[in-house]
Amino acid sequence: MTAYLIQRLLSMLLSLLGVSILVFWMVHLIPGDPALMILGERANEAALQELRQQMGLDQPKAVQYARFLSDLSRLDLGRSFRTKGLVAEEIGWHFPPTAELTLAAMMFATVFGILAGVISAINRGGFWDFATMFGALAGVSIPIFWLGLMLILLFSHQLGLFPVSGRLDALLDLEIERQTNFMLLDTLLAGNLAAFADAVWHLILPAITLGTVPLAIITRMTRSSLLEVLNQQYITTAYAKGLSQWIVVGKHALKNSLIPVITVIGLEFGYLLGGAILTEHIFSWPGLGSWLLKAVEARDIRPIQGGVLFIAALFMSVNLIVDLLYTYIDPRIRVPSATV
Amino acid sequence: MVILTVFVLISVSVPLLVTHRPDEADISKRLSPPSKTHWLGTDRVGKDVYSRLLYGSRISIKIGLVAVAGSVLVGSLFGLLAGYYGGWIDNLLMRGMDILLALPSVLLAIVIVTILGASLTNAIVAVSIVYIPQYARILRAAVLKVKELEYVLAARAVGASDWHILLVAVIPNCLAPLIVQATLGMGAAILDAAGLSFLGLGAKVGQPEWGLMLRDHFTLIRQAPWTVLAPGLAIFSMVLGFNLLGDGLRDILDPQVKTT
Repeated sequence: MTAYLIQRLLSMLLSLLGVSILVFWMVHLIPGDPALMILGERANEAALQELRQQMGLDQPKAVQYARFLSDLSRLDLGRSFRTKGLVAEEIGWHFPPTAELTLAAMMFATVFGILAGVISAINRGGFWDFATMFGALAGVSIPIFWLGLMLILLFSHQLGLFPVSGRLDALLDLEIERQTNFMLLDTLLAGNLAAFADAVWHLILPAITLGTVPLAIITRMTRSSLLEVLNQQYITTAYAKGLSQWIVVGKHALKNSLIPVITVIGLEFGYLLGGAILTEHIFSWPGLGSWLLKAVEARDIRPIQGGVLFIAALFMSVNLIVDLLYTYIDPRIRVPSATV
Repeated sequence: MVILTVFVLISVSVPLLVTHRPDEADISKRLSPPSKTHWLGTDRVGKDVYSRLLYGSRISIKIGLVAVAGSVLVGSLFGLLAGYYGGWIDNLLMRGMDILLALPSVLLAIVIVTILGASLTNAIVAVSIVYIPQYARILRAAVLKVKELEYVLAARAVGASDWHILLVAVIPNCLAPLIVQATLGMGAAILDAAGLSFLGLGAKVGQPEWGLMLRDHFTLIRQAPWTVLAPGLAIFSMVLGFNLLGDGLRDILDPQVKTT
């Protein structure tokens, strides 16, 4: 197990190094002079030269990359030329809203995806199976930015059930001190239950929007995995003993069939981090995605580099955790990996 | 298949079906609801939504075809080389693919568009690069399986060149999974490119591209819902068509999956 862990960590570091080369080269691949981009067209040559020196752009590429890595090891991701803020601090501030949104979306997708997958599997070939599978296919085909707009149109504008955008009602927002920038946590820390309920209310439509694609994929995975388990002999034995379908499925089959579903949940996390950019844009959600998009629009290179590296590291860490969890849960994988 | 045939027929016969030119604007009729003259209403500058939607189908099909063709060609080449030669070539190419896979696809596409500059062509290039690893992996796995088969060994024994073996003996046997993935990939490419345009990183202002039509009007959703409903439904049905076809092809070409 330890050898496996070390091997995985090394391979993750190698991939991260690759991503760091990619983001480092971005500065040089983007057409135009980075110093000119930061200081603007009116900057004089002396100022441009000074900034180039400051940024190390006059050094050979290898030296620049070494400096980039050394800064990275101290978590120094530079400053945004747009906001003048430290990139690392800005990531720290904008990550909680995205984390809250992705976790809520994943919770929605997991609960309803497993439920729909089970319903589909136990009704194999029937109407509910067909309806669920068509729904799942529609779920992976829908542009989530359009789905978000349709949810806003229906539930916010027509029915008035949910807020259109943002994380909290403007008036309640004044009462809440942002300690962690996790809105649910901050409202609870402030002991303001009305604000907490309002924050949950604001979270629902964005979470459904972002969670729809993973929901569809988890549904399909649960169905196929459960069908495979239901074909095994111990399930036939359970039925032969006279157990009811709910006990056989719920107690004996579902637990085993969920093992591959866990991997899918892990993989979908990457999708959620990408999809969050679109969802946050529609719902004016002040997370990492919106922040990154503003940086892209302004061609603000440091936040783009930092944001991409952060998301890549996060994505790889989640995949590693899921793989380890998978090895832990499924002894069939644990045994051979122990000998690696 | 039916959905896709309809879309292909529409895109081929667009000039016969449209009622207005896609760039014809009548500002006095801006944001008019659907009527006899403007079947799906008009947009914020008075352009006919229905006609722009039809022209958009051409763009979307082109995006899907070009992006998938690009990633299939490059990905297949990488996969073939990695699987057939193994060793350092395999290591180098597949580690490169791992780096591309280390980033969520939308994010990687955004990075590439940032480097290349925002335009529809660059969005297609970006989407194409994003999906290269999928095809490389499929081809590599298929080649590894096929290259040890007797008829490939026999071809090698009679002195056939590597390229001959790859083209005549290996590639035809790897086509099934490739076709399935490419069909599903068309849908994914159309979705991603529309997403990039929606974020302002794809099609240029004025182009009748569905993602851009949504971007231009999503703030007007309450005032003129038809400007948002139509392009979204179009993207959704075209992607659904490709996904249905891909699923059907998988059932036919890979009977193992059918059982589950």
